Amino acid sequence: MRGRALLAVAVALVVLAVALTRLSANQYYYFAAYVIFQYVVLATAWNILGGYTGYVNFGSAGFFALGAYTAAILIKAFPVPFPVLLLAAGTVGGLLGLSLGYLTLRLRGVFFSIATLALAVVLQTLIVNWEYAGGSRGIYTMRPATVLFFDNYVEFLFVVMLILALGALATARWIEHSRLGRGLAAIRDNEEAAECMGVPTLRLKLVAATVSGALMGIAGAPFPYYVTYMEPASTFNLDYAVNSLAMPMIGGATTWVGPLLGAVLLGTAQQIATVTISSALNLLIVGVVLVAFVILAPDGIIGLVRRRRGGRHA
Amino acid sequence: MRAWGVVAALIGALALVAVWAPRAVAEGPIKVGFGMALTGGVAGNGKAALLAIQIWAEEVNKKGGLLGRKVELVYYDDQSKAATVPGIYTKLLDVDKVDLVVSGYGTNLIAPALPIVIERKLTFIGLFGLAVNEQFHYPHYFGIMPAGPSPKTDWSAGFFEIAGRQNPKPRTVALVGADAEYGQNALAGARENAKRHGLQVVYDKAYPPATVDFTPIVRAIQATNPDIVFVASYPPDSAGMLRAAHEVGLKPKLFGGGMVGLQYASLQTALGLMLEGVVNYDFWVPEPTLKFPGIEDFLKKYQERAKAAGVDPLGHYVPPWAYAYLQVLGQAVEATKSLDQQKIGEYIRTHEHDTLVGKIRFAPNGEWVKSRVLMVQFQNIENNSLKQFGEPGHRVVIYPDEWKSGTLIYPYAKAKR
Amino acid sequence: MFSFHLLLNVIVAGILLGGFYAAVSLGITLAFGLLNVVNIAHPAFVILGSYAAFVVNSRFGLDPILAGLLFMPVFFLLGIGVYRIYYASFEKRAEESLRGLVFFFGIIFIIEVSLSLQYGVDYRSVHAAYVGDSFRLGPIELAFRLAIPCAMALVLTLALHLFLSRTFYGRAVKAVSQDHLALRLMGADPVRIKGLAFGIAIATASLAGALLIMIGPVEPSIGREYIGRVFAIAVLGGMGSIGGTLVAALILGVLESLTSTFYGPSWALAVSFGILLLVLAVRPSGLVGRAG
Repeated sequence: MRGRALLAVAVALVVLAVALTRLSANQYYYFAAYVIFQYVVLATAWNILGGYTGYVNFGSAGFFALGAYTAAILIKAFPVPFPVLLLAAGTVGGLLGLSLGYLTLRLRGVFFSIATLALAVVLQTLIVNWEYAGGSRGIYTMRPATVLFFDNYVEFLFVVMLILALGALATARWIEHSRLGRGLAAIRDNEEAAECMGVPTLRLKLVAATVSGALMGIAGAPFPYYVTYMEPASTFNLDYAVNSLAMPMIGGATTWVGPLLGAVLLGTAQQIATVTISSALNLLIVGVVLVAFVILAPDGIIGLVRRRRGGRHA
Repeated sequence: MRAWGVVAALIGALALVAVWAPRAVAEGPIKVGFGMALTGGVAGNGKAALLAIQIWAEEVNKKGGLLGRKVELVYYDDQSKAATVPGIYTKLLDVDKVDLVVSGYGTNLIAPALPIVIERKLTFIGLFGLAVNEQFHYPHYFGIMPAGPSPKTDWSAGFFEIAGRQNPKPRTVALVGADAEYGQNALAGARENAKRHGLQVVYDKAYPPATVDFTPIVRAIQATNPDIVFVASYPPDSAGMLRAAHEVGLKPKLFGGGMVGLQYASLQTALGLMLEGVVNYDFWVPEPTLKFPGIEDFLKKYQERAKAAGVDPLGHYVPPWAYAYLQVLGQAVEATKSLDQQKIGEYIRTHEHDTLVGKIRFAPNGEWVKSRVLMVQFQNIENNSLKQFGEPGHRVVIYPDEWKSGTLIYPYAKAKR
Repeated sequence: MFSFHLLLNVIVAGILLGGFYAAVSLGITLAFGLLNVVNIAHPAFVILGSYAAFVVNSRFGLDPILAGLLFMPVFFLLGIGVYRIYYASFEKRAEESLRGLVFFFGIIFIIEVSLSLQYGVDYRSVHAAYVGDSFRLGPIELAFRLAIPCAMALVLTLALHLFLSRTFYGRAVKAVSQDHLALRLMGADPVRIKGLAFGIAIATASLAGALLIMIGPVEPSIGREYIGRVFAIAVLGGMGSIGGTLVAALILGVLESLTSTFYGPSWALAVSFGILLLVLAVRPSGLVGRAG
């Protein structure tokens, strides 16, 4: 019943969003919302591996950029329809995620995190040295002038990202409530114990890493159209890695609502910071808030709410 | 479920704001909007540009504004990140309802604004973008940087021209540059120029922007024993490259070309004597041949406020151009007596503009009709003092002949003493 | 193009670079390898050290290295302060790994933005008489700009090694990474010992920062370039081994140097990270580290 109600809300949101594009010509909000939805996808994807199993991925930027570059290269090579871009970016991201999953065989904790960081650097170097992908000079992607049904491309991207965000949340929620989710939680609490109790830890980790990687790749797929000019340094920017990890932390990493809350709050705060003057000061505030949050609200906003309700989960 | 309620309410509120956003009416001041890098990698240039733009606005307002209306600047920090740019320009246009837009600093931050500008058929002047319009072919985009009609090759044309004039003519060249947008484009142009002048390329490599020590690279170059060395580097690398070359004792007949950063006072004072003899590109230097009306007043105002703003104390590199690109736009508004983007764009395309960096005429692709990339040689450097770099005679214009203010000391080793 | 003379000089250049890497990585080895504190903000502290040296150098003309040494006690206290907060907020509650990371990410932000608010984002550098000069040792040319940081790094490495192996506190620091209980039996407070060690780790950042700004110009966010490298070195060095850190740093420096001379500088970074991935996959305990 709850699931069905959520589905209804999701459908209602998409309808509302499409209706909105009919009503308002103010593109700014679509761009701003696009960025926030993009972070919802990234944060949710990160959380599937990082929050549910406790394997901290530092290389989110690499996954995101890989998705973006997959799309950009496809667009350059053939006139492919949009859904194919998503599919391809998801596949490439998923495959990379799978290999990351195998890495967990040997590496735990911080070692795993450092390996993901190194993975992102190696990927970036590959792109930099790949002439067809623009190399370090960057690659231009022209937006199609028209798109079916929508007035302009930005509105289309906005609705696409909303659907992706809802899809990512649905995936996370489904995992959480399935046997898979319980298995992952067991791994997070104590991997050895889970193994002894017969939880197929490797298989579960592989699934989680693949899903997480695929979602991050998909999040990057519309990026070439959004930004029109990509170069490796800004596409592989550390900010994506920081945000996709900080957002679930601020929201609360154990449930699917946490990344959503974190992404909406931090994403909105950053959007507002961008368009208010003295952004250096604003960045400082973001830093201070981040530090304050992890110190004062260790389980994120979700944790705060739960504690107030009387420690149902604590 | 309660969480969903919150989310739904949030999005609902956003929707309401979007639908009932207040629609501003015209009149009042003329708003000029732009994104500028005030934090992040290129903020040094972005902040200097902002100060120049502010000086322009103050001066215009003192004279009564544009079309009798005051000028108001609306700007946001793009954090040197391309991903923020689309949001900033739509905010400027849709929410702040600015009348005119200009670009932020640098190719990475100009290109993402162009699709929006093109979609709305606006006039757009770019500040230091290298060949941005090559991809878009938009008739109302203009680049204030004097890179010339074919920016990539014009950039290093002077360097190779100088080399070609020497007797005996240099025969080999080493090309090295940062593995990033600027470095690669400059290297591509240099390759063509080398071919044109019949030079044999003996070294051609790019290094990653995070390179700490340039000694191994300089050693590899030295091992190929090139006659001339063309370097397309970013500010920190320019210093690293020059220091390493100095330490290793690399002494080709000509050294420099495309080193970004040697135009900044901070690097000039840091490198001091090491700069002696380097031949490098520049756009404006305090030489007698380049004393355009207005430039000295402007620099005086800029330099008085530079310290408080925390920007380059001399401001020879970006600031005059940041002033000039608004000068062009302002003149076009006054001349057409309108804010009609088509008319403004047509006017800029078809007329000559008199600015504090000289007379400007744009080619059909939006670049300068004729390149004015200067090649200057550092000469008579005494020490690390800031004062000398503000005076003529230390960055002598060697090329193009039209602006020449001194003679080349050749080869490089002779200048080095 | 290949010659013995070139090869020799390139290797020496790599060793000098590696020495500097060691100076930057020692703090990570202490904090991360021995104390298990994942201080990804260490490079940001190094930049803070660079700016301290810059300010003193430009205002009073003091030698940058001397400035770096002078600031070490200040950084030591700063480190203890940071550790106190870290301990009270994370370690005490045994939830350090994930949230601690975010905490240090926040610190990076705070340091970078504070520096750029105060000093702007221009590249800063220091003046010293010997920067830019070089000397000869047979067929080898050495630049003071790189040789002095390398020498200082060696001194620092040796000092840390002696401290850890010869003094009571040093042995206590080593013990704290292995056995809290044994340490209590020795009559030492693990929290105080860890605070002390973390303070020393941050104090090394002061000197490393001075060395960094001597090698090349510095701007507030340049530290990000080093996050990957220093962790790579700490891991390669076998987590917590001072000697191992030096060896790993030298290997990385020489490899980067060789790659950029003989193959192409654009692959230099990928080579070091590729090796890191390989080592992590095959021998996670590091190149020279303790097994298991």
